[in-house]
Amino acid sequence: MSSSITEKVRANPKFLELKAKRSRFAWTLMAVVLTVYYVFMAVVAFAPAMMRAPIGAGWTLTIGFPIGAAIIVGAWLTTGLYIRRANGEFEDLTRDIVKEAGK
Amino acid sequence: MTRRLALAASIAALALPALAGPALAAGVEGAVQQQPINVIAIGMFLVFIVATLGITWWASKRTRSAADFYTAGGGITGMQNGWAIAGDYMSAATLLGISAMVYAVGYDGLVYAIGFFVGWPVIMFLLAERLRNLGKFTFADIAAYRLDKNSVRTFAAVGSLTVVCFYLIVQMVGAGQLIQLLFGLPYNYAVVLVGVLMIVYVTFGGMVATTWVQIIKAGLLLFGGTLLAILALWKFGFNYETVAKTAVEARGATGSSLMGPGKLLADPITAVSLSLGLVFGNAGLPHIMMRFFTVPNAKEARKSVFVATGLIGFFFLVVCTLGLTAVSIVGTDPQFFEGGKIGGKILGGSNMPVMHLAKALGGDVFLGFLSAVAFATILAVVAGLALAGASAIAHDLYAGVIMKGKASEASEMRVSKIATAAIGVVAIVLGIAFKDQNVAFLVALAFGVAASVNFPVLLLSMYWRGLTTRGALAGGIAGLVCAVTLVVLSPAVWVKVLGNAQAVFPIDHPALFSMTLAFLVAFVVSKLDASPKAVAERAAFDEQDVRAETGIGAAAASAH
Repeated sequence: MSSSITEKVRANPKFLELKAKRSRFAWTLMAVVLTVYYVFMAVVAFAPAMMRAPIGAGWTLTIGFPIGAAIIVGAWLTTGLYIRRANGEFEDLTRDIVKEAGK
Repeated sequence: MTRRLALAASIAALALPALAGPALAAGVEGAVQQQPINVIAIGMFLVFIVATLGITWWASKRTRSAADFYTAGGGITGMQNGWAIAGDYMSAATLLGISAMVYAVGYDGLVYAIGFFVGWPVIMFLLAERLRNLGKFTFADIAAYRLDKNSVRTFAAVGSLTVVCFYLIVQMVGAGQLIQLLFGLPYNYAVVLVGVLMIVYVTFGGMVATTWVQIIKAGLLLFGGTLLAILALWKFGFNYETVAKTAVEARGATGSSLMGPGKLLADPITAVSLSLGLVFGNAGLPHIMMRFFTVPNAKEARKSVFVATGLIGFFFLVVCTLGLTAVSIVGTDPQFFEGGKIGGKILGGSNMPVMHLAKALGGDVFLGFLSAVAFATILAVVAGLALAGASAIAHDLYAGVIMKGKASEASEMRVSKIATAAIGVVAIVLGIAFKDQNVAFLVALAFGVAASVNFPVLLLSMYWRGLTTRGALAGGIAGLVCAVTLVVLSPAVWVKVLGNAQAVFPIDHPALFSMTLAFLVAFVVSKLDASPKAVAERAAFDEQDVRAETGIGAAAASAH
């Protein structure tokens, strides 16, 4: 890639928009996933009794199980959220940038 | 009751060290007893071999260029790659190890599985598309993109090979033990068989064959696991509460401990260090990173992580379910205990509950099927590892460093095939050498090195303009030395392998310390680096960044 293309892309406001939007979105989602995970780990380590609470009166199953399963499913859904936006909005922006760089 | 408690404690003690050297490595803690020959399992496994060799033959006709060999010419779809990534990640040990852990200690098994899982969103958000846009064949391509081609590439290749080597030994030893347990054949048969088949798949079929072997294996594993879970849940009217209740009753006095956190996180520092190693080590495994170069563009790369994450998450939930249902189904059936003593030692060792569950619910045929699948998973993982190792040797060390990028494609291909054969032979030799050894520490090493060497260098080179060659090398070497030293001083090596009474460093997993150190050293050394080269390297970040964000100039998919 020639440096003229690099300069052209970097001067394109759409490139700055793409960079800013994507990095904000990706880091936010990552912070959400890791925060949920480490809060969960902290509860398991320091307040295990909370996870041992039964789901309801007379239940054997504890709330720890649905919470754990929800973390797995939720983490997967955030990756879905990411690709929905990345493969839509971000890809459109990228296509424009690439097209304009070739002009 | 005291006797029961003591028994439960001893089961937990049996399983817990295996957790530390996790689920990646089912049964790598010492010797196992060879079981009677299982004809059904061997027969089904032969069918798998014939099918995969057929695919290899087909793939060999499509593997002409170096790009075909390393990355299937970038022609794998996101969906296919997602299944293949899932295949790479779901090992025999995930099936056996995590279910065994849930069986033994209950809820902690789920906590552990979650730690194994959360690395995937991280890969999605931070790495997937950039890996695709910047990389060609190996992760060293990215690390050396704007840094010194020779030193950084050499170092990245060494980092990859180290991880591949540790991981291979674990898989070979696992294969040897599984063949004794599941097929009733001698240890060395497995090691030689796995080594030879891996050489055949990779040298003839390259990435195309390796990808399809992974896809088939992922399909079989998911099918087998899901079917078993359905059969198991059927027994409880598909009511999870009944499963839990029966499990707690079956375990007796200590039953309620299954329902909540236990010893896994009793020591938070160990837990944090372990989870950091799992989360970020995953992102530094060369055979996983390599998969992102097989898709045509960033869009497909993202899609593949989404598919893989869904499959892996689903599989982990299935595996946890299997472990919990096994508590009552396997745990109350004398045929699965040594000498028929319920609550005693499980026949075949602590990793066997899911296999016994298959036997209990589906008879010898299902047991045979699941055994064949478990063994096939090792084969597929090993093929992926061999390909990653061969590309580090042929593409990075031979073509990049020794020939300075001037090697002909034909000669690079030849070297990659020789390298694959050499890796296969080394794997066989090491597999035999490590027979009956406790190799759980190698899992800690593989993940520790991946998280403390590959991952920091990769992440900083992509995201931080300030990283220089000196910083990358200093940080990587600090991470490597620290991770290896801490593992050697940890209980897993210092006590269990070297036989000392007390470990110098009390934690089996080094990532919390070694990864932090690697980032810190890379940062400080880069900051202090005022050489003219460093200035040029920082300036080159703009061009790299444009390519990382937009894919302009990225290695394109070859037309087929």
